[in-house]
Amino acid sequence: MDSNGAEASRIREEIESLKANKRNIEQQISALEAQLNQLEVNQVEEGEVNSNALCTSPLSNGELGNSNGLSPDMIYRYSRHLLLPSFGVQGQANLLKSSVLVIGAGGLGSPALLYLAACGVGRIGIVDHDVVELNNLQRQIIHTEAYIGKSKVESAAAACRSINSSTQIVEHKEAFHTSNALEIVSKYDVVVDATDNAPSRYMINDCCVVLGKPLISGAALGLEGQLTVYNYNGGPCYRCLFPTPPPTNACQRCADSGVLGVVPGVIGCLQALEAIKVSSLVGEPLSGRMLLFDALSGRIRIVKIRGRSLQCEACGEHPVLTRQTFPDFDYEKFTQTPLSTGPLKLNLLSQDARISSKEYNERVTKGEAHVLIDVRPAHHYKIVSLPNSINIPLSTLEGRLSEISAALEKEADKETLDGGSGASLYMICRRGNDSQRAVQLLHKAGFTSAKDIIGGLESWAHNVDPKFPTY
Amino acid sequence: MQLTLEFGGGLELLCDSVKIHNINVDPQDGEKQMTMKNLLTWVRTNLIKERPEMFMKGDSVRPGVLVLVNDTDWELSGQLETVLEEKDNVVFISTLHGG
Repeated sequence: MDSNGAEASRIREEIESLKANKRNIEQQISALEAQLNQLEVNQVEEGEVNSNALCTSPLSNGELGNSNGLSPDMIYRYSRHLLLPSFGVQGQANLLKSSVLVIGAGGLGSPALLYLAACGVGRIGIVDHDVVELNNLQRQIIHTEAYIGKSKVESAAAACRSINSSTQIVEHKEAFHTSNALEIVSKYDVVVDATDNAPSRYMINDCCVVLGKPLISGAALGLEGQLTVYNYNGGPCYRCLFPTPPPTNACQRCADSGVLGVVPGVIGCLQALEAIKVSSLVGEPLSGRMLLFDALSGRIRIVKIRGRSLQCEACGEHPVLTRQTFPDFDYEKFTQTPLSTGPLKLNLLSQDARISSKEYNERVTKGEAHVLIDVRPAHHYKIVSLPNSINIPLSTLEGRLSEISAALEKEADKETLDGGSGASLYMICRRGNDSQRAVQLLHKAGFTSAKDIIGGLESWAHNVDPKFPTY
Repeated sequence: MQLTLEFGGGLELLCDSVKIHNINVDPQDGEKQMTMKNLLTWVRTNLIKERPEMFMKGDSVRPGVLVLVNDTDWELSGQLETVLEEKDNVVFISTLHGG
């Protein structure tokens, strides 16, 4: 027992000694940490003095950059904002704490993202599933040639980070769907709709209403743009204004109708502005009003729009759309428009009324007597066309059937010399939709042999002549 | 009655691509006032050159068209019943979806 007792007391002494050592080491660690902190503070202050080379007053040492929560780097970076009496430290501090989700990194999203990254929004999310293409670069100014073929989100995120490494950039490389919308949007304070189609616009609106997020909505096409803020401070939502979706043929796409690059640029910049106002709690956001931009005539008009509708299916008194029903709402069916922006592919004709671009090429090579009518609008025809094609736009086709008859007769005359049996009649357009409509019209008008060239000039470029320009 | 009508957002394509029309229009027989309802009928007959279904549905404008009377949404002035006055400005604009 005695030997055991001696052993225990030796162990206790050893424990006490180790504990004393531990306290000593802990004190040394604390002292060193304090020393390190002091060194870091001095370093930051020196940096501040260096970057503000003219600011050598002793008053600038010490508390500067601490009381308002802005670091010296932030004060310098955002100094032009801080100098604005109506924006100032409070506006910037609010912005730094806020988060903005930009849906679509295209013509509207490009300038919006650049400004949002530059201005110091704390966290920016970017949603897009597309890749950068050469024909985007005319307006989608956030992307560069080096990113052609790569994800738009990756490209946009890299550009934002290179402007402002202190802003957190979150990449959502996925299509925006009812299945992921609630989860993504719930992580942000403000949403910027920079998409390009009707179903997405309804979906984003409803998601914002369900989650109570202000929505900065912009749109541009051709030489016109529109801008407003929905679901903000008791104001209307998109559905209050447009409870019924427009007919599908009223929804033009930039890929079909064209757009002057700077037009979405202007609207995208204004979207950034509205997002900044909402996030920083400065100014009067464009809620209950809409800005209409007509680039060609140089007119901007701001109009008063209706208030929130009590009957609205999204934000009214008895909403059909709720957090529960939203994920199951079929936006493509509602708007009769696909969410993906891919071109329409009609299939109106039977197989014997159509031929492939390859087959057409073979027939031309064999010297078949034929007439090729290009039914695209005249300004498309001027961009590029196939040799020997005749341009009769679909909209004028019905009134110009005699020209087709004359052309067929002329070809048939050549043919009879070789003992053939009349000339063939082919219709072509950009992608093979209008050419089918033209063939339908011609069949009804008695030109029963008319055929369309499947996939149009795009198919020609893809399958026959890779050097043929596409647009 | 002199009115200025403006078409935008692509609706101008339905009236020979002319955006601004200064028109002279008078109330129909027996009516003292010119309402938006009368004006729509007049526009459909006199200005819309093609695809009227892209402008109207029933006796009103088609979904997706905003109507502004003197820069204010016609929802706030009584829609079809809005009474027009001399030199009023009426804008028909199709909502855009592109971006």
